[in-house]
Amino acid sequence: MSVLRPLDKLPGLNTATILLVGTEDALLQQLADSMLREDCTSELRVHLANSLPLPSTVARPRIDLIVFVINLHSKHSLRKVEESLHHVDATFFLGKVSFLVTGAGRESHCSIHRNTVVKLAHTYRSPLLFCDLEIEDFRATMAQRLVRMLQICAGHVPGVSALSLLSLMRISENPSLEDL
Amino acid sequence: MDSYDAAESTPRQSASLKLKDYFIGTTPLQKRLESVRKQTSFVRTPPRRKIPQCSQQQEDVDPQKVAFLLHKQWTLYSLTPLYKFSYSNFKEYSKLLNAFIAAEKQKGLAVEVGDDFNIKVIFSTLLGMKGTQKDPEAFLVQILSKSQLPSEHREGKVLWTGWFCCIFGDSLLETVSEDFTCLPLFLANGAETNTAIIGTWFQKTFDCYFRPLAINAFNLSWMAAMWTACKMDRYMATTEFLWSVPCSPQSLDISYAIHPEDAKALWDSVHKTPGEVTQEEVDLFMDCLYSHFHRHFKIHLSATRLVRVSTSVAAAHTDGRIKILCHKYLIGVLAYLTELAVFQIE
Repeated sequence: MSVLRPLDKLPGLNTATILLVGTEDALLQQLADSMLREDCTSELRVHLANSLPLPSTVARPRIDLIVFVINLHSKHSLRKVEESLHHVDATFFLGKVSFLVTGAGRESHCSIHRNTVVKLAHTYRSPLLFCDLEIEDFRATMAQRLVRMLQICAGHVPGVSALSLLSLMRISENPSLEDL
Repeated sequence: MDSYDAAESTPRQSASLKLKDYFIGTTPLQKRLESVRKQTSFVRTPPRRKIPQCSQQQEDVDPQKVAFLLHKQWTLYSLTPLYKFSYSNFKEYSKLLNAFIAAEKQKGLAVEVGDDFNIKVIFSTLLGMKGTQKDPEAFLVQILSKSQLPSEHREGKVLWTGWFCCIFGDSLLETVSEDFTCLPLFLANGAETNTAIIGTWFQKTFDCYFRPLAINAFNLSWMAAMWTACKMDRYMATTEFLWSVPCSPQSLDISYAIHPEDAKALWDSVHKTPGEVTQEEVDLFMDCLYSHFHRHFKIHLSATRLVRVSTSVAAAHTDGRIKILCHKYLIGVLAYLTELAVFQIE
């Protein structure tokens, strides 16, 4: 069970589970708290992990959305995310994976170039979100956005599926990205 | 292109030649807009292939003349182009700047008494500090203290030095019109108050803007790789890195010193294409250092912030301080710094 698959478990009734993967424990915890504070008709579950594969000893519900959190100040977070990506099944990348980049605001502390993460998101055909998770207001807005995405990925929004959301998000991106 | 379409509809018959040039053809303004437009797309900016300038340096840089630039700690600033600056007016600029400094000091901002009014400002050109022929000449500003004994020392003690240069600044030069002189890199050595006063004078006189140039960890690792790649006859200093670990209550600093020949050997094993440095090589070089450290100390240096890099060629700190140790690669080091300054201006 070392590879995460999107459809290998049955969904829970009205439950939506998100998995946040990243090395920045404090930021993930704060983001999780912001998400749980959101008003939502579905029952939210937030799982946090430093890296994949997840330990198989714990029983966990079906994961609807995986968000990989990369901190531009730390190359270690990028390496860990890259290693974790190998443990995710290819069918997950049909709209159920997203990359979240933090730390782009403080240019002087960045040790990763923005283009690197842009290329990574493009390679995996997944949306890339930028947010400074250390600032509370931005974090709250991003939490709202993630909750909406999670509801769609869990199938709780009639008429919109994860795949259609993915194509909608792709259109609004910079068209020159296709030339990468 | 909306502005261009609107321009087409204006009556061109009455337009003078100057106005026509504004709407048709590539004027500096058009070029500037084009470069700004390119900047907004994610694809244009690095990672890119770079040629280490260590292989192509100007032979006509006289080592005696630039010796005073070496082994000094310079604080870096980026400077927007200077408006209506002329190399022939140096005497006038010296007089004006002298008067300005005297006035500032008399305002009571600086409380020291004594040598304040016995200072002299000198502007001079620095020959040979350019990358290509198109680069504008570098020039130097020095504040000297006029010594009380006129017989002994004709030249007083240098209190403050600042110099402006532009090395391979092609991307900025082509977008700027003729009235402007592009010298995007400013280096200062001396008291901070003097830097502030001189900065204010330049900003008022030439309508430019100074900004401190910070060097982030990404660029510091590029510098480390490029300077390790430089061929040196003898190594004067160990290669040293300094990382800052962000942890409360106070940050921890990790210092890692390597014998310069070992660093060069590591670089040679990583380096593939001669004459070029690629992003992958830089990443691999730094990853080797990180994994070696991790093997011994179980600390992930990649999770910390690189703050200082010191090699036999030069030493750079993330706050924008640099010390150049080798005159052979002076132009190369300055070229990279100019690129960072231009990037910050744009």
